[in-house]
Amino acid sequence: MIEVNHLVKIYKSKKKQVIGVDNVSLSIKEGEIYGIIGYSGAGKSSLLRCLNLLERPTSGEVKIDGVDLTTLTSKELRKARQKIGMIFQHFYLASSKTVYENIAFALKAAGKSPKEIDIRVKELLELVGLADKIHQYPTQLSGGQKQRVGIARALANDPKVLLCDEATSALDPKTTKSILNLLKSINKKLGLTIVLITHEMEVVKEICHRLAVMQDGKVIEEGPVYDIFANPIEPLTRDFIQSILQFDLPQQLIENRKGTIIKIQFKGAIAEESVVSELFQTFKVKGNILHGKIEYIQEVPLGIFIMELTGEIPEIERAIQYIQDRTQNLEVVEHVA
Amino acid sequence: MLLESIQALLPELNTAVLQTIYMVAISLVAALILGLPLGILLFVTDEGLFLKNRFVNAVTGWIVNLIRSIPYIILLVALLPLTKLIAGSTIGPTAASVSLSVAAIPFFARLVETSLREIDKGVIESAVAVGASPWMIIKEILVPEAKPGIVQGLTITTISLIGYSAMAGIIGGGGIGDLAIRFGYYRYDNVIMITTVIVLVVLVQIIQIGGDKLTKYVDKR
Repeated sequence: MIEVNHLVKIYKSKKKQVIGVDNVSLSIKEGEIYGIIGYSGAGKSSLLRCLNLLERPTSGEVKIDGVDLTTLTSKELRKARQKIGMIFQHFYLASSKTVYENIAFALKAAGKSPKEIDIRVKELLELVGLADKIHQYPTQLSGGQKQRVGIARALANDPKVLLCDEATSALDPKTTKSILNLLKSINKKLGLTIVLITHEMEVVKEICHRLAVMQDGKVIEEGPVYDIFANPIEPLTRDFIQSILQFDLPQQLIENRKGTIIKIQFKGAIAEESVVSELFQTFKVKGNILHGKIEYIQEVPLGIFIMELTGEIPEIERAIQYIQDRTQNLEVVEHVA
Repeated sequence: MLLESIQALLPELNTAVLQTIYMVAISLVAALILGLPLGILLFVTDEGLFLKNRFVNAVTGWIVNLIRSIPYIILLVALLPLTKLIAGSTIGPTAASVSLSVAAIPFFARLVETSLREIDKGVIESAVAVGASPWMIIKEILVPEAKPGIVQGLTITTISLIGYSAMAGIIGGGGIGDLAIRFGYYRYDNVIMITTVIVLVVLVQIIQIGGDKLTKYVDKR
């Protein structure tokens, strides 16, 4: 659906050059929700804005549905943009226009007749759940409602792709959740390909299928969200994941332990098996759970537990081996005994 | 005594006020028809905007600055040949409207440009992102979004024009200024002088209040 090849974006000012996007290649499949995460200044926004040529890449290709946008004339590009919806962190609705007029504008831009526009606007407002706000001005709406109007406007011309530029970063957690659910349902219902950039791992965890991590203009890690959560490689990726799966035990808690502290990660189906209870039946060790969490990423469980094992040392070692064999993911945090 | 002399002045004053309104109205229309597109042109051809064109922007900017840097009184005299060509005469309110228009157009254009700059760039960008044509963006986004600022600019232009039109009185342009100069200044008639000033003050107040009301009305922010 979206093919980005060797994309480079350099910002030139009088005195210096800043590399926004540094040779990025991506391939985003149809119907996928693709997340790009990074801290501010990582180049994710530049990358996203190159996907509909709001910023023209310095070099490289941006292919959407097989068409390289960089080769289009300005008229063809306008036509292509009608099939690429975009929503923004600060919504960017025209304050002089009502909800209806804001959405109608996108349809007018595509040359639709007033009658078609009227039907479509009402349809869209139904879809985003704002049918009762049709004649209100943006100032009369809450942030979440404004974003819903933004989504309706972006979807007006039946786009194939929806670009989300930090679409939930200005919203409170509850509204964020409802907007994410809306995006998820649109993705399912319309088979829309969604590319979103964010600095919040929570957002990625909630709705993305695949993820790219960006740093200094480069994609440093990429893959299915679950795999990245389960096996982050780059330190930055670990940082982001830590923001969700926090497992820092208080130092004093560790100091007072007598046994061996282990961290076990259960992936997918294993998380549902009773590895732990079997452990206690088979070996003469006692376990004490210090910390634990099961996250569901795309409805697949990812469990992480921190446990203290006490008992005879050889027995503990065998127990650790047993878990290691079953989960392939055990880390001994500290041997106290 | 005072009342009598004001009463005697009334017919003259009446014509003068009408002449001023006439001159200001003509140049205001010129400012709207030519200054508004000029202001939009200055804005959309600027760096980072959807019709970016360094050459057009520089040339228009230069012309606007040139006219604006000439003091109105000089412009008035310098434009006499042009005035003669357009209005057929160099005296009277119609003649004065020519130089007033020339002064008003770039003045208003800059005010339009400034109010366009106040639009959030993101709003313009979102219009670009839905694939709207430049004309659609100008008509549907830029002008409506900047409307409160444009109305304010129109108010300011009107008030400045009243001031300028008084200067036009010096070369016999007619209007309140002309009256003030002929009767008040040349004949040392303080009653007329003060009366004309009061009339101008009232006129300006009315326009400002009316303009503010209109601005508020069109502002949906």
